[in-house]
Amino acid sequence: MSEHAAPISPGQAVNEVVARAWRVLDSVTDPEIPVVSLKELGVLRDIRQDSDGISVVITPTYSGCPAMHQMEEDIQAALVREGIAAKVVTQLAPVWTTDWITEAAKQKLLDYGIAPPHATLHGQSGENAGHAADGPRAGSAVPIRIKARRQSLHEVDSAPVVCPHCGSENTTETSHFGSTACKALYRCLDCREPFDYFKPF
Amino acid sequence: MDRTPYLLHLADNALILGQRNAEWCGHGPVLEEDIALANMSLDLIGQARLLYQEVAKDRGQDCTEDSLAYFRDTAAFRNYTLLELPHSSPVVGYGHAEPDYGVTIVRNFLYSALMVLVWEALQQSKDKTLAAIAEKSFKETRYHLRHSRDWLVRLGDGTDESHRRMQEAVDYLYGFTQEFWTRHPVEEEAVQAGIGVDVSGLRVDWDEIVDSALAEATLRKPAEGGYVSQGKFGHHSEHLDYVLHEMQSLARAHPGATW
Repeated sequence: MSEHAAPISPGQAVNEVVARAWRVLDSVTDPEIPVVSLKELGVLRDIRQDSDGISVVITPTYSGCPAMHQMEEDIQAALVREGIAAKVVTQLAPVWTTDWITEAAKQKLLDYGIAPPHATLHGQSGENAGHAADGPRAGSAVPIRIKARRQSLHEVDSAPVVCPHCGSENTTETSHFGSTACKALYRCLDCREPFDYFKPF
Repeated sequence: MDRTPYLLHLADNALILGQRNAEWCGHGPVLEEDIALANMSLDLIGQARLLYQEVAKDRGQDCTEDSLAYFRDTAAFRNYTLLELPHSSPVVGYGHAEPDYGVTIVRNFLYSALMVLVWEALQQSKDKTLAAIAEKSFKETRYHLRHSRDWLVRLGDGTDESHRRMQEAVDYLYGFTQEFWTRHPVEEEAVQAGIGVDVSGLRVDWDEIVDSALAEATLRKPAEGGYVSQGKFGHHSEHLDYVLHEMQSLARAHPGATW
């Protein structure tokens, strides 16, 4: 903890700053999808007091997501506006998954015209049972999944994607990759509208 | 042990293919494919960056992800030769040929079929950071494999013209995959230390992925034999020079430039 931030009852004051930071960052949204917050997306993992100040912990989505840098800057800017000094720390493990997107955020995506992601195969079945998405890895266990994976190596998702405009399940994929790596391009065969699908990841 | 040579091999693979595929940006056969290739290049370059950052941490001093990407010369790169070849049928030296999307797709397929297996296995690496990078890269590579496999089948089992070109691309590129399975001291050391994966042990699984896709695409798997490339030893084709010149020229002309 820096000397400036060492008041008489450090614990309480620190908690206040952390709590305030959480409130501030509630309003910081994804640069590409401005209706959902970084917290709702699961990108914002933690805000904590380290020995040298407040750290905001984020986890990257796709390795090549160009929005990650913007997210860091947006977080910094929002905190600075509120007079909170913090550094942004990137944490790789556990690895981000679309299963962390909150139900409320999925509804917001839908209202915004983006079909929200299905649960990953990971979350649906016992596939990759050797390690849980949000828990510690289970040693060197390589059980069962050898068999299960044949399917899943290239067949990523087979459930119908519902059109966010008219609710039809009669949709088709135009391209695996849409305007960003995290989305696929779809079109609805009933209402004829194109739309983005947030891919399970 | 020094893990940096192993990390550099993984990183160079990702960077060089990412740079190659980025050549399609603005020139893709259709808009959707242009975007798909750019997205996959971003994934690959992102994977390379994570790995280079780890190397830079170990090496310290002036080593950064940028110095590794922009200020190493051809012989220092440890990528598979397959990944540096132009998007065309065989050309020599500065020879030029029209880019062929069949070559792009077949290469992406052969490589991502390997890398889903490599990244899957590396999730068990004793190196926790590498395991985390592998977990993320595995998910991305599954989408890359899905993309290239779909196009392999669509074009292979397509028109006479698309079938012919896909078979030519398979015949041309397949021999370069022999490099995957050759022994390499850096890899062996990483396997010994429990941080790397023995790629030759993935051969059966790779064959299964490749055989089923080629069969569906009505394409013939070529016989093996002939020249075995040695890019991972630093012995590259002349094509890597051209890739690096283009990629590194700006950073070298204006060291430390920011924008």
